[in-house]
Amino acid sequence: MSFVEIEDVSLRYKPQGDDEGTLAVEGLNLSVERGSFVAVVGPSGCGKSSLMKLATGLNFPTTGKVTVAGNDVHGPVSIAGMAFQNPVMLPWRLTRDNIMLPLEVVEPHRRTFRRDKAVNRERADKLLASVGLEGQGGKFPWQLSGGMQQRASLCRALIHEPELLMLDEPFGALDAFTREELWQVIRDLHAARKFTTILVTHDLREAVFLADKIFVMSARPGRVIVERDVDIPRPRDISVTYDQHFGEIVQELRSHIAEARG
Amino acid sequence: MTALDRIDWIKAAPWLATIGLFAIWELSCWVFQIPWFILPAPSKVFYAAYEFGPALWRNSLQTLWTTLTGFGLAIVFGLFLGLFIGWDRRIYAALYPLMIGFNSIPKVAVVPILVLWFGTGWVPAVLTAFLISFFPIVVNVATGLATIEPEMEDVLRALGAKKLDIMTKVGIPRSMPYFFGSLKVAITLAFIGSVLSETIAANSGVGHMMLTAQSNFEVPLVFACLIALAIEGIGMYAVMSWIEMRMTGWAHRSGFNR
Repeated sequence: MSFVEIEDVSLRYKPQGDDEGTLAVEGLNLSVERGSFVAVVGPSGCGKSSLMKLATGLNFPTTGKVTVAGNDVHGPVSIAGMAFQNPVMLPWRLTRDNIMLPLEVVEPHRRTFRRDKAVNRERADKLLASVGLEGQGGKFPWQLSGGMQQRASLCRALIHEPELLMLDEPFGALDAFTREELWQVIRDLHAARKFTTILVTHDLREAVFLADKIFVMSARPGRVIVERDVDIPRPRDISVTYDQHFGEIVQELRSHIAEARG
Repeated sequence: MTALDRIDWIKAAPWLATIGLFAIWELSCWVFQIPWFILPAPSKVFYAAYEFGPALWRNSLQTLWTTLTGFGLAIVFGLFLGLFIGWDRRIYAALYPLMIGFNSIPKVAVVPILVLWFGTGWVPAVLTAFLISFFPIVVNVATGLATIEPEMEDVLRALGAKKLDIMTKVGIPRSMPYFFGSLKVAITLAFIGSVLSETIAANSGVGHMMLTAQSNFEVPLVFACLIALAIEGIGMYAVMSWIEMRMTGWAHRSGFNR
């Protein structure tokens, strides 16, 4: 059984006024193996964010079934970490305290949070160091650059050692150089910790560089139209993005998306 | 460097402007021969303030006390109601129109009712100050809660956070700059409320003193009362402003207003 299993799922948002409710996804099938890295690409408005919410238990399917780690999803799964395009840090907390926020909320850490404060602090600082933010924990997030904030946001998503990492266009707002740096950061984190990762992105190169498998979604209502394994061996150096084979995969995906947009 | 360059003009500006205003006022009264019972010159006003010093002081303290009591009630009640309204969109939808309606009632129209219930004296003044000043606090706290970033909410909800977690960790700290910002507005309104009520139905306070002075045709004293009110108002505003900076310095990070 796969780690994340989405079977024949449709999701219709609540009707508001005359609007009969948007059908975000329909007939969605998707499975993600434990420890693998998948990317979901598609035209805008194809229900990629709905997919995120379905897999983390923030939304429930109108029809169909979602299982994560072998359990039917009936509520927030709490083994997930999330990062978004907007790093959404709390400006009144130090970066380190922002990163420790999930520990204050998620079980079993929340019960021992106060007692283990020193351990947690150390953990946060180590994690910060692992994404290249050594010694920055004592700054406020707004004193960091956009790329640094996004790194910190990744740390916050990973502090409770989630088994599932959901990334919703996490590098979308960054400049090209910073973005490639962060690809490598996330690549190394994934290699070291083997958490299952679902990356939702618009950037095909990003998808091909990072993922083991890529799902292409159709326009709304979204469903998976193509599944493409990325047969580039790991570890991948950033230079593979200039290989011919890499370019071919990107081209192939691009043509699928062009079709999907109609 | 000349002596002029060494002056901090930003710091000096408010004092210079105030002195300038009084100078123009004084001068105009002399030049245009304005009768003292229409517009007394500042010198006359200050003399009246000196002459009636003890009474003015006593009544100013009374007004200050009334205002701060009403304001204190407004903080407690406003914070509580703001959190309640911001808690859930349904509560927000249900109570917001009522709040607007209530706030639209001119408070001067409420004072007679308060007098009917509580008699003349300090009680209607405190209640008027309270009624007029709690609204901005409620609205600001509720707005702070209602504008939590959805992503932040998702991050926490996906971890199994309860509504209470989200409110205490994100919502309430987030609404604090709004809350402290609203205190500046609220204290000014509370002051208006207490003076308003004092001029209608009280037996002490600056408002009452003004009314008495007016009926005795002590025009300079009326103006002295006005100036006393202005000084009190500036003082209270400054205190609130200082508290705001102390409590929510993180929200003033842009440097835009420096």
